[in-house]
Amino acid sequence: MEYVIEMLGIRKQFGDFVANDNITLQLKKGEIHALLGENGAGKSTLMNVLFGLYQPEAGTIKVHGKEVKITDPNVANKLGIGMVHQHFMLVENFTVTENIILGAEPTKMATINIKDASKKVQELSEKYGLNVDANAKIEDISVGMQQRVEILKTLYRGADILIFDEPTASLTPQEITELIQIMKRLIEEGKSIILITHKLKEIMDVSDRVTVIRKGKGIGTVITAETNPNQLAELMVGRQVVFKTEKKEAQPKDVVLQIDKLVVADNRGIDKVKGLNLSVRAGEIVGIAGIDGNGQSELIEAITGLRKVKEGKITLNGQDITGLKTRKITESGLGHIPQDRHKHGLVLDFPIGHNIALQTYYQAPISKNGVINYKKVSEIARKIIEEYDVRTGHGESSIARSLSGGNQQKAIIGREINRNPDLLIAALPTRGLDVGAIEFIHKRLIEQRDKGKAVLLISFELDEVMNVSDRIAVIYDGSIIDTVFPNETNEQELGLLMAGQSLQENGNKVGGENE
Amino acid sequence: MNKRLINILVPLISIVLGLIIGAIVMAASGFNPIDGYAALWNGIFMDSYTLGETVRQITPYVFSGLAVAFAFRTGLFNIGVEGQLIMGWLAAAYVGQAFELPAIIHLPLALIAAAVAGALWAFIPGLLKAKLQVHEVIVTIMLNYTALHVANALIDVISGGGERTEKIHATASLRSEFFQSITDYSRLHWGFVLALIAVMVMWFILEKTTRGYELKAVGFNKHASQYAGMNVSKNIILAMVISGAFAGLGGAMEALGTFENMTKLHASTGIGFDGIAVALLGANQPFGVLLGAILFGSLKYGGLNMPSEAGVPTEIVSIVIALIIFFVASGYVIRLALERLSKRKEVK
Repeated sequence: MEYVIEMLGIRKQFGDFVANDNITLQLKKGEIHALLGENGAGKSTLMNVLFGLYQPEAGTIKVHGKEVKITDPNVANKLGIGMVHQHFMLVENFTVTENIILGAEPTKMATINIKDASKKVQELSEKYGLNVDANAKIEDISVGMQQRVEILKTLYRGADILIFDEPTASLTPQEITELIQIMKRLIEEGKSIILITHKLKEIMDVSDRVTVIRKGKGIGTVITAETNPNQLAELMVGRQVVFKTEKKEAQPKDVVLQIDKLVVADNRGIDKVKGLNLSVRAGEIVGIAGIDGNGQSELIEAITGLRKVKEGKITLNGQDITGLKTRKITESGLGHIPQDRHKHGLVLDFPIGHNIALQTYYQAPISKNGVINYKKVSEIARKIIEEYDVRTGHGESSIARSLSGGNQQKAIIGREINRNPDLLIAALPTRGLDVGAIEFIHKRLIEQRDKGKAVLLISFELDEVMNVSDRIAVIYDGSIIDTVFPNETNEQELGLLMAGQSLQENGNKVGGENE
Repeated sequence: MNKRLINILVPLISIVLGLIIGAIVMAASGFNPIDGYAALWNGIFMDSYTLGETVRQITPYVFSGLAVAFAFRTGLFNIGVEGQLIMGWLAAAYVGQAFELPAIIHLPLALIAAAVAGALWAFIPGLLKAKLQVHEVIVTIMLNYTALHVANALIDVISGGGERTEKIHATASLRSEFFQSITDYSRLHWGFVLALIAVMVMWFILEKTTRGYELKAVGFNKHASQYAGMNVSKNIILAMVISGAFAGLGGAMEALGTFENMTKLHASTGIGFDGIAVALLGANQPFGVLLGAILFGSLKYGGLNMPSEAGVPTEIVSIVIALIIFFVASGYVIRLALERLSKRKEVK
């Protein structure tokens, strides 16, 4: 069998830390080869070695059977290796074509020959069914489309081996389906693909073979058709993983959060939440399903006091909290796992211990007469670090920035739950995390519910919403267009609702609001 | 090489390198570097008088360094320390001359006036930043010029058209007969004690208090602070105001200690701007600022002796001093070199 890429016995070390230890990955021509591993397992390091960003300490790389030394990304490009990055590298106010030719501009008499380039881009787009308008500006096109521009960029440069780094992280379910179609099309046209991911479902859907790495070590390569998600998860994590989070029937009690006819505008003054009604009871998890940009962010910010409420009323535990300051709302029993943990969740330059005191630093027992008892802070931090299995380099004095995403998130969740809030808002709590961490976080959310707390979960992942919620409220264009129960619905139905189609035609129940 | 050794070696090597390059500059310009450095040494340590004057020179640098460092630590770049210091100087000089009060009230009152004046001058950029997102660098630079000319105009009013304010009353003075007697009548005054206290105060505010936690959090990450329910605007303004108060006290050192009045300024004093270098030398840590100010003040004052004793012109003196400070500030590079070196040895 012919391999287009062989990475044999790759070892990469940073100081004392071995990021890749004797890893072997062989990519066959015309296959989609998944590279699976937890966050920090060494996937990106391995791909950066292949892409020429790192030089391995040991091991060989062969392209088309010939041993090569990839000293920098230009060499990789010349060998036909292209990378579709997780975070798009696009200039917002340039057109698609301008972005694609950036760095390799074709010239005609000392001016850029944009016409021919744009024609070539359009042709490529049609050939691979990418459906991209070569002359559109990046800022005007969707995230999914932007990703296709990244794919075009590699194709334009003549890549026949494509590396996709976590390609579905920021896509909607519909866009993911489209991406999978595109990947299959690329294979038909003779390309080979390495797919870096920790989403098992995608691997099962699209890949031919899977190479698993765990803590820097190659665990092995399996044929997708001969395996199943459970086995893959076990290979990746090194222990049994439970997907369907076990939970008892919900026992909803009194209403904790009540939102009536809420209207909230975004920064530009455009209404994003338009007369939304919602209630969450003690002892239940309400999941908000919806496509990004339908008012979720504004809704959370309004509840938490970070954004002005234009109209409507929010009550927490029967107390009107509309328009109150964030601190007042926090004190009246709100916990909030923010959607952007780097921007809102943590002061990255503070030690993790100081971060754990972010909302309680001014209260007894931490603060007394305006002086902080840092011993007490450390004590609380150590307790949370242990209880929530936060892995740090130097305990509570580790700088937050140095922790991996999953551990940062565990610290935030520990901090929020430790304050014992009556309502916990969890916004995209598992974004970018691996199955082990996801399982852990889901368990904690359900634990809160079982303790009789109210939980509001906002997620773009249908699996997560279906799995964790007791009730699903679908948000579309700033209002809840329907409320469904997870055991009475399916992904297709939710997908339709999220796209704004009510279920009236199908004879299902219709409700503009819950209750 | 272990870490502690590197930590001691880095500043030493930095200073030696600076001295060597400075010597080359002097030699190349036709001056004897040994004479030059002897003059520098004598200018700092020669006798009790020079020593007293050196300490006096260091004192305002401690305050301006703390002012800049405090702002840095809370996420602000206060280039306006110069202007705040001038306003503090004027306020202290005015209170010192205009009132007749017992010393126990007069001196603290003059100090408070200086701190408040500096704080108010810093309040303006703080408010503009917090409420209108105007960048503090632009506002503080402009306010430096404003402070200079406003102060000159006010000196004109206070002195009835004169060039300087009247000498302050003895009740507001920081000078002490005791210090004068042991330093051969230098202008050494109580200010250095206040500077040491200020170092402690800054450390205490930042490292121990609830307020300091908040100020640092807002400085590092506005969004997370907002999420945590802190009042971001209030903290930005407060950070500027505290920084300005340190600067204002720096001015009081000149008004109540060194000069005991205020003369119209033709240009900036430079103390505020040098405060930026002092803060960076001290890595924005209060005790580091103290060390930075000692180095900076000593070189500045000792350098004055070089033209007269060794015939090195002031321009060359400035270059030599700047080189020494440059090398100390680039200690990072030396650290890197040392670490590389020790690594190579290990490999061998």
